[in-house]
Amino acid sequence: MSVNTTTTGESQAAEQQGISLPAPAAATGNAKIMRTAGIILLAIGVAAPFLSGNFLIFQLTMMMIYAIAILGLNILTGINGQFSLGHGAFYAVGAYTAAIMMDQFGVGYLWTLPMAGIICFVVGFLFGLPALRLEGVYLALATFALAVVTPQLFKLTPFEHWTSGVMGIVISKPEAPFGLPLNPDQWLYFLTFAVGLVAYVCARNLVGSRTGRALMAIRDNPIAARSMGVNTALFKSLAFGVSALYTGVAGALGAIVVQYISPDSFHFALSVALVVGLVVGGVGWLPGALFGGAFIMFVPNIAEELSKGLSGAVYGVIMILMMYAIPTGLGGLLKAALGALSKRSMTR
Amino acid sequence: MSMLLEVTGLHASYGDFRVLHGLDFSVEKGGISTLLGANGAGKTTTLRALCGMIKRSGTIRFDGNDISGKATEDIVRMGVAHVPEGRGTFTGLTTEENLQCGAMTRSSRAEIARDLEQAYHWFPRLRERRNQQAGTLSGGEQQMLAIARALMLRPRLMLLDEPSFGLAPLIVQEMFSILRKVNEEEQVSMLIVEQNAGVVLELADTAFVLETGDIVMSGTAAEIRDNETIRAAYLGY
Repeated sequence: MSVNTTTTGESQAAEQQGISLPAPAAATGNAKIMRTAGIILLAIGVAAPFLSGNFLIFQLTMMMIYAIAILGLNILTGINGQFSLGHGAFYAVGAYTAAIMMDQFGVGYLWTLPMAGIICFVVGFLFGLPALRLEGVYLALATFALAVVTPQLFKLTPFEHWTSGVMGIVISKPEAPFGLPLNPDQWLYFLTFAVGLVAYVCARNLVGSRTGRALMAIRDNPIAARSMGVNTALFKSLAFGVSALYTGVAGALGAIVVQYISPDSFHFALSVALVVGLVVGGVGWLPGALFGGAFIMFVPNIAEELSKGLSGAVYGVIMILMMYAIPTGLGGLLKAALGALSKRSMTR
Repeated sequence: MSMLLEVTGLHASYGDFRVLHGLDFSVEKGGISTLLGANGAGKTTTLRALCGMIKRSGTIRFDGNDISGKATEDIVRMGVAHVPEGRGTFTGLTTEENLQCGAMTRSSRAEIARDLEQAYHWFPRLRERRNQQAGTLSGGEQQMLAIARALMLRPRLMLLDEPSFGLAPLIVQEMFSILRKVNEEEQVSMLIVEQNAGVVLELADTAFVLETGDIVMSGTAAEIRDNETIRAAYLGY
């Protein structure tokens, strides 16, 4: 905002102090690298469904869906500093919202996405209110409970009329609209791609906004945040709501893409997988969600290829190696690498 | 002169444990008061009670209005800036983002930009560090940042919690001379809580000595400073 108006003052002050100001130059250099990487990723993303078979397209779609869910978790954990072991629950609520709307009420699949988002926002916000009293491991336990309870709720007899209980709900695959020359898998891929892009841009804007600053202030120092006049209770609940919204939309997309949901699709392992994706991608670094999504989508498959009987153990070993090599996730690794790069160009 | 902050019978407790037993103290409009006391005297608790972060009773009049029942956010909006214990740096944000957080309750972008310039004018070192992650600043710089951030509120009253804590004497001198300038030029009143009585008594006009939740002594800063008995008994210097 004020950067342009203050450049002259800045250089004057710098001259007085007899120091150079390399930081902004390095920052723009890094921004350029990041932007180029982004454009390349976008191009690959658009070309991929025309170059791969339908199963790979399906896998890539699921990868992006997990990435959207992880993006939501990142807003809560990385930006606001609240921990959740229960995001699988919001994913499940989003998925059931979409499936029930389509199955029971014949609503078009596109309309289920905003609805899943709204419902999950409300559920997340309401869950966030009692969670205000909890921090750290205690919050982890409470969210863990949420993840364990939610799939069982969908099995209950009173809800069976809508949820079909343990039988689950089968959804038919939507065709590409407007006579687009895409098969259903390609269409769902692009739909997810578009939703993911919008979700990412919104998250970026949120983080750069005054609200985003308030969320990060609470993460870094809750007492000081209150001294700045931030209503910490409201913002923490809000973070839970927005985070659940993201994960719920991902869940709805997941239901449409997989075409089948049952309570057992949303085992506690899903919540853990989302946390794994978050940590591997880099807590607090939004683009890391895509890497995290790729990790939880593909690494279990790779582990299975390596050893059918010990796939879980192989996955575990890969994860341990990963945490040993890059403890701060891909985000931390890139930050360190870019930092080293700009330092080198500075000394040159 | 009229009082900006007038506190009578301030009680506060953590659960069943009572920490403050009815404090009376005040800050003049445009003045600087200090609350002196050793560890555990209740200094930090007093500031938290003033800005509504813990349960309290008694009357707290700020510019004539009783704020003892108000929420922290509302008290901040009235122009009370609290520089918390341990600086309260938002470690993951840059220096400039920290400063912007100080203006969280204000809306005019142009005014905020102007005040940002003013903050850099008071603390030129922060301008050099504007894009640096605030967690990597030195202790002195973080304390300067905490004060600059509080000024971004355009406060009428600043509550400072041990600003000299853990800083080199030279830095403390520099900081207190900036506080004096801020007080004189912008008419920001201050309530400074300190253990470092020697330095703060040079700056303040009124002093209150706090011991285990009670005010045991009060007077002008000069009186307290010049009284050998008080110095020896309570201030230890």
